[in-house]
Amino acid sequence: MALTREQIDRYSRHILLPEIGGEGQERLLNARVLVAGAGGLGSPVALYLAAAGVGTIGLADSDSVELSNLQRQIVHSTFDVGHPKVESARRTLRGLNPDVQVPTHHERLTSGNIMGLLEGYDFVVDGTDNFATRYLINDACVLMGKPFSHGAILRFEGQATTIVPGEGPCYRCLYPEPPPQGLVPTCQQAGVLGAVAGVIGAIQACEAVKWILGEGSLLVGRLLLFDAYRCVFRELEAKRDEECVLCGNRPTITRLIDYEEFCGTGAATPGPLFAI
Amino acid sequence: MPVKVRIPTPLRSLTANQEEVEAGGATVRELIDDLEARYPGIKERLCDKDGKPRGFVNIYVNQQDVRFLQGEDTALAEGDEVSIIPAIAGGSR
Repeated sequence: MALTREQIDRYSRHILLPEIGGEGQERLLNARVLVAGAGGLGSPVALYLAAAGVGTIGLADSDSVELSNLQRQIVHSTFDVGHPKVESARRTLRGLNPDVQVPTHHERLTSGNIMGLLEGYDFVVDGTDNFATRYLINDACVLMGKPFSHGAILRFEGQATTIVPGEGPCYRCLYPEPPPQGLVPTCQQAGVLGAVAGVIGAIQACEAVKWILGEGSLLVGRLLLFDAYRCVFRELEAKRDEECVLCGNRPTITRLIDYEEFCGTGAATPGPLFAI
Repeated sequence: MPVKVRIPTPLRSLTANQEEVEAGGATVRELIDDLEARYPGIKERLCDKDGKPRGFVNIYVNQQDVRFLQGEDTALAEGDEVSIIPAIAGGSR
């Protein structure tokens, strides 16, 4: 599929880069990325991927736009309040770049639906907001051998890492167990600086694009930390755990589990040890 | 020997809002006990009832997770920097 004259113009700043060129741009146009969570992180990720001409950007989110989302969820607008986020985001992305197909999945990701959904995608961006879904995405991606970008934000801080099954650690190697429900505050409880989502989301978009192109060094085996308050980036080593229950030498998890139970969601909550 | 310890935001209420504190110990275990002596309550947030670091809070000596070194027995040297990094999940809401 050759690029049209209009595409050569639209993507000219990409095509100028020797690491991308016309061939790389065609790879982007043929790539399929799932953005899980059309919120704080999903907004910048989806916008940059759409602008970059990533041909298929799937959006999975079960929520509707609320006024309190708009402080950071820049893919939505004031007139979208009350509408499903996936529909609102789809409108914005298609307006930005009609080259891009945007399949929407207006549902919660569960052990029952995630594998079927992931089949249609090459790379996943995790921009969700709870541990149950994060472990679900990790486990499904590792079991299916799909690479994904992990990003998470809280207050003035963010973290990101890229997981390529077989090439480095998975999220369970990094954090073997989730905190008990209520122990680590959410953005809803503790707040978040909107632009932190932009920084971490842009990093996740870079990772997705580099993976598609097969260029550069991914954040595999590295946990990147960003502190916006002091404007400091740091990097820590993340190693594959040979004892990991999912990707270790003797895995005990060979299919998806009940993540609500694993994360204690809905169970009696212990005291908020990490609360403010 | 004194080392620098970076305290994550959710634990700063225990360290009078200090982002970085000094504490001592020849090993990570001794360091945690010294932190507990200086900032009571911090140990139970880092370790379970048996004194083992919790699976959702990582302790790094310089750039390395102590789980991949000698765990709580990991030796500390002067000038080391210890970081406490809890898992966070925010992103969408």
